Amino acid sequence: MVLDANWAVKWLTLCAQAMAEHRVELIELDRAIGDSDHGENMDRGFQAVLAKLGESTPETPGAALKMTAMTLMSKVGGAAGPLYGTAFLRAATALGDSAEIDPAAWAGALEAARDGIVARGKAESGDKTMVDAWTPAVDAARAAADGGGANVLGVLVAAAEAAEAGAVATDPMVARKGRASYLGERSAGHRDPGAVSSALILRAAVGAAA
Amino acid sequence: MTVSIVVVSHSEKIADGAVELAAQMAPDVMILPAGGTDDGRIGTSLEKVLAALEQAGGDGTVVITDLGSAVMTAESALEFLENPGGVLLADAPLVEGLVAAAVAAQGGGDVQAVRKAAEAARGVAGHPGPAGPEAEPEPVSSAPPDCTGEFELVNQAGMHARPAAKVAGGLASLDAEVTINGVDGASMTGLMTLGAGKGTVLHVEAWGPDAEQAVEYVGGLVEAGFGEP
Repeated sequence: MVLDANWAVKWLTLCAQAMAEHRVELIELDRAIGDSDHGENMDRGFQAVLAKLGESTPETPGAALKMTAMTLMSKVGGAAGPLYGTAFLRAATALGDSAEIDPAAWAGALEAARDGIVARGKAESGDKTMVDAWTPAVDAARAAADGGGANVLGVLVAAAEAAEAGAVATDPMVARKGRASYLGERSAGHRDPGAVSSALILRAAVGAAA
Repeated sequence: MTVSIVVVSHSEKIADGAVELAAQMAPDVMILPAGGTDDGRIGTSLEKVLAALEQAGGDGTVVITDLGSAVMTAESALEFLENPGGVLLADAPLVEGLVAAAVAAQGGGDVQAVRKAAEAARGVAGHPGPAGPEAEPEPVSSAPPDCTGEFELVNQAGMHARPAAKVAGGLASLDAEVTINGVDGASMTGLMTLGAGKGTVLHVEAWGPDAEQAVEYVGGLVEAGFGEP
């Protein structure tokens, strides 16, 4: 399996599928601690990405991610737009014009994406945000890539599993950033919707390579 | 060509309305709204912001935003620009900051001065917001002022919006810290909170290289009744 432009297109297509399938779940999560628009916004954003992919075929993974960044920033509307937009943009920049992504490059792209989210949203680990899914994913991808033996699928899986565990770990946290932070202690006991959608995106990356 | 201003709001109506309001006081300044999403919903759109920034051009652009994700969208837009050097984001309350910035731009202030004018509106807007203590007005030097003056308001309406805008706009482009009866002279909203009517004496204190020029500027405006009856 090589992570090339075809893989990137499949990944983004599976992202759109995942957001459509989990739309109601994300709305429910966001209703508990936010303004209940996350599912709808993510679904709309990735449907727009899908439409763009129908218009032209990107030549490199980086080009596909840059197009995604631009589209999400323009179509999502809520805070998730600029946050995910920045994540995809920074990942695209990290990948440059490479035709294929190797394990170290994937770890590097995830790290650039996470750093972009942190720079834009000013959240830290433990704030009950999408950062709590991304940082474990970056660490796991880096460890798998540095370990040598891992093929690129192994690195994708490591990142997705860590992001999913990270999302679950937001349950008891008290939100310190975003709309949920207005709820203070009452935000504990709910899973962060941004961490959940982040895990869905990284799981779709595995599906595209399988 | 003056500095131009882009207004980023979650609501198209808020952006359009704020622009309409500010344009009354700054007829020569290009003020562009970038409100709502592409399809007219509540939210912010990178495409709209980029389009406004492209149209703005001029001698620099100051961007004024409303809530959290509008700030993020504006920052993202800067990341997309090839040459973001002339574009500055102002951390200011939307309406008060925009009006103060528009007046400063109308008065010929450069991009730094226009941003400063917008941000000076923050401390007195009555909405410290999540920034908390950072939103406090900056303390003015405890050293004795470099220049002072006392001027009695002679126009009928006193220190209302337009005179306050003139005073604040001019002072924002000078290299001086100025207080007028204790409030920041570069803050239009601060001056309006004085509620100073006809006959009120304004005590002007100024610090910095342009202190003398600042006092003369205020005195000139006040004595001329701001060009009003």
